[in-house]
Amino acid sequence: MSGHDHDHHDHHHHHDHDHSELSETELRVRALESILTEKGYVDPSSLDLLIELYEKKIGPRNGIRVVAKAWSDPAYRARLLKDATAAIAELDYSGRQGEHMVVVENTPDQHNMVVCTLCSCYPHPVLGLPPVWYKSAPYRSRAVADPRGVLRDFGVALPEATKIRVWDSTAEIRYLVLPMRPEGTDGWSEEQLAELVTRDSMIGTGLAKQPGEAS
Amino acid sequence: MDGAHDMGGVKGFGPVVPEANEPVFHGEWERRAFALTVAMARPGGWNIDMSRFARENRPPDDYLSKSYFQIWLAGLETLMIERGLVTREEIEAGQVLAPPKPGIKPVAPDEVTPAIRRGGPTERPAPAPALFKDGEIVRMKDIHPTTHTRLPLYVRGHLGTIEMNHGCHVFPDLNALGQGENPQWLYTVRFDGPELWGAGTDPTLSVSVDAWESYLERA
Repeated sequence: MSGHDHDHHDHHHHHDHDHSELSETELRVRALESILTEKGYVDPSSLDLLIELYEKKIGPRNGIRVVAKAWSDPAYRARLLKDATAAIAELDYSGRQGEHMVVVENTPDQHNMVVCTLCSCYPHPVLGLPPVWYKSAPYRSRAVADPRGVLRDFGVALPEATKIRVWDSTAEIRYLVLPMRPEGTDGWSEEQLAELVTRDSMIGTGLAKQPGEAS
Repeated sequence: MDGAHDMGGVKGFGPVVPEANEPVFHGEWERRAFALTVAMARPGGWNIDMSRFARENRPPDDYLSKSYFQIWLAGLETLMIERGLVTREEIEAGQVLAPPKPGIKPVAPDEVTPAIRRGGPTERPAPAPALFKDGEIVRMKDIHPTTHTRLPLYVRGHLGTIEMNHGCHVFPDLNALGQGENPQWLYTVRFDGPELWGAGTDPTLSVSVDAWESYLERA
């Protein structure tokens, strides 16, 4: 917002930020935190805790548990598709940016993809904070108009006949994709199945891994 | 507001470029900017719709040239300046120049986890029966509010089908203005690809948005 920022941006309409500009932002954030702390508006220990929550506790491993359980427990899958918020809360995941959950299931006939064209809405309790690409202009602009092109960017090609359904998260409903369970996994435990679930498969920009791909 | 944030269908941004093994935050300043924004909402007294508007209400070149957390930082500064919590001079100087606004209580460490786990549910009791039924064809209003809205440009004026009713939810357009929650019925409305993007569009494509009742009219 400073004059310097504007001068800089007027010459470079892109997202590459050079080192000196990054440092300027870093200094600005540091100064702001000290102002807000000195004024008694924030407690730095609370900031540390918030960061720790989102770096260590709230992430895609939560959604992976949800999907693996849905794959191995038909009754849970049914509850998840009927009332996702309640079924996800059974695994103790709830709260900010996941208050109203809907799970959409991929089938051989329909592939689902989730986007927020207006900002960055994303189901935090099950997926954590969104990756940079999810918040980026290329994804937000193209997901609703050319999802097959977006899938190609991720190295995914779907059969031509598969219907593609894109969910634009324009309100406070948050969507999680239930990917298709890979073939050749009969009798696998929930823990084994969890190895096949990726974050992108729960956004719809990827598919679950095949048994041979599991690392 | 018709602005650069409303990106659905805009051409020319290029391919999506995923980052392998991406960290949650890129650098310490992103961690602190994120945490400051989340931690200031309650003491600052703004709601989620006000903070979204503070981020998106800026000239397109400014919005597009800032990184995601730079937009968050700019939005936070705007919200605090508007409410007299800090002054622009303090932000530019990087130091306290004025006494704090009285009566502001920070989020205490033991409140953090409960607050995140509780979140901010937006569903409210219904003030009136729903106007539209599942399966009904509706037209999205072709309106251009100059203030906050969650009705994306690319669906305005188009015909869609009501697919889900999510109950009544806080209406962001007025909540962003501090004019109360005014809950309205919220629907998932589905559009066929060609209806949005014209002839020649992949016929297997359909797209939905979640739309408040006042965004819709009978077809």
